[in-house]
Amino acid sequence: MARLYVSCRINGDDTEYLCDTSQSLLDVLRDELELTGTKEGCATGDCGACSITVDGVLVCSCLVLGAEMSGKSIETIEGMAKGEKLHPLQEKFIEHVALQCGICTPGLLIASRNLLERNPNPTEEEIRFWLAGNLCRCTGYNNIVDAVTAAAKELRGA
Amino acid sequence: MGIHRGGQESSAPLTPRSKSGYAHFHLEGSPGPNTAETVLRAWRHKEKGMSDMRFEAPATVDAAVALLAGAKGITRILAGGTDVMVHLHSDMVEPELLVDIKRIPDLHGISKEAGGWRIGAAVSSMQMMDHTEFAKAWPGIIDGVKLIGSMQVKGRATIAGNLCNASPAADSVPSLLTAGAIVSIAGPNGKRQAPAAQIATGPGKTTLGKGEFITSIFIPDAPPHTGSAYLRFTPRTEMDIAVVGVAVSLTLDNAGKCTAASMSLGAVAATALMVEDAAKALVGSTVDSAALDRLAAAASAACRPIDDKRGTKEFRIRVAGVLARRVAAMALERAKGN
Ligand SMILES: Cc1cc2nc3c(=O)[nH]c(=O)nc-3n(C[C@@H](O)[C@@H](O)[C@H](O)COP(=O)(O)OP(=O)(O)OC[C@H]3O[C@@H](n4cnc5c(N)ncnc54)[C@H](O)[C@@H]3O)c2cc1C
Ligand code: FES
Ligand code: FES
Repeated sequence: MARLYVSCRINGDDTEYLCDTSQSLLDVLRDELELTGTKEGCATGDCGACSITVDGVLVCSCLVLGAEMSGKSIETIEGMAKGEKLHPLQEKFIEHVALQCGICTPGLLIASRNLLERNPNPTEEEIRFWLAGNLCRCTGYNNIVDAVTAAAKELRGA
Repeated sequence: MGIHRGGQESSAPLTPRSKSGYAHFHLEGSPGPNTAETVLRAWRHKEKGMSDMRFEAPATVDAAVALLAGAKGITRILAGGTDVMVHLHSDMVEPELLVDIKRIPDLHGISKEAGGWRIGAAVSSMQMMDHTEFAKAWPGIIDGVKLIGSMQVKGRATIAGNLCNASPAADSVPSLLTAGAIVSIAGPNGKRQAPAAQIATGPGKTTLGKGEFITSIFIPDAPPHTGSAYLRFTPRTEMDIAVVGVAVSLTLDNAGKCTAASMSLGAVAATALMVEDAAKALVGSTVDSAALDRLAAAASAACRPIDDKRGTKEFRIRVAGVLARRVAAMALERAKGN
């Protein structure tokens, strides 16, 4: 079967790719477009390592088909820093040592940014609830919550 | 053990757990729990290379029906894909045709109509939660919707998909039943309507015919002083599958006496159940302790559960009663508040 042609925007750039009908968006990003910042932990929607946004909605890219993306606007971790300038969430993750092995980090950063866009001043409980779909085997989560709280504060200019 | 405070307790990333809710119904062809084996199968799937599956994203309901009715082999609707993608990637199903219904404008949106609310089949759980007016009208449905997986999953999962996937443990279904939801169905023989209670017939099985699919779900307006609620029991606080789920909807008169009540149970039989005796237990009472006892007994009596590693029959029967009390108390408070 012929591969499908898809045209969309990824991190603000017009992007075109060919994909197989059963290929997940995660596989398209990693294998076809070499955007390997988005990670795979499970491929079944459980771990959140593959988190991205599609038209501003937080999703697991392993549960989305590449074929579905015509005309969509996708944001991945590669678009988070502006050149050399890290996003405040990225800076705070480093400052608060909110990562060890780092496999969960791109997904957590994307999910956290999505939270702060919807709710600039989340409580600790709201942060933990929002990030419940992002598993981290290393940190124990506390440093992640601290980093998100600190970044939220900075972004609010408080 | 890693405790994700306020969120989930997580043991290992590959912990056995079924997101499809089939854990206690190990039927042939149905997904098992999300074991390390499921995940390995998902990984192996990729090595198989190109698939023959056709992908279509029609712009109208009629075009979708024509595609589905014209296909010879297995077809699947792709709504939010949170079940379909897992099934595809674990090679549980190899459809000939996948029809993405999200490009059909008519299937989007939550709208107020005369007599009720209409939820399009492409509306995500997150869109429902964000709709404050609907959430206020039917908090019990939103209680269930909020429990569908992570925020990422809720960003995609639809309630029509939750219903059509026909897991006995589907969290949005019991409240749809107590609300008296009616689904609109399009198919090769035209349009028809059916109560939501008549869609699932068993794990993974529905009454939808070839070429048929749900276009929207209509939820009738509740009378004044109606309250609805849903709670489930899970071993973990979040990101888990219901061992028992209970939904209650009840209506009071101006004096605080119950004039109507309905209750539905999830995960205690092959489909979500309506408990006919719920009205008998509550109507005419002020939903006092004696009435709640009757309701709990009716819930336990209606259960037809099976044993599995997530809960024994006895446990499920008992928990159904305990939850029925708690859910009815929640529904009562909400009924008093509106
Ligand atoms: C990590 C994870 C955790 C989860 N946790 C929970 C949970 O706690 N509770 C819970 O209830 N569920 C849970 N789920 C499952 C839940 O996401 C799905 O049941 C979802 O609601 C299905 O909707 P969808 O739009 O994604 O459907 P899809 O995956 O697109 O479709 C599901 C099935 O329904 C059919 N279908 C879809 N839409 C229609 C339609 N309009 N007409 C006819 N057939 C249709 C499809 O052909 C398919 O067979 C979880 C899923 C994941 C991945
Ligand atoms: S890789 Fe998508 S959720 Fe784990
Ligand atoms: S830092 Fe290793 S999984 Fe989170």
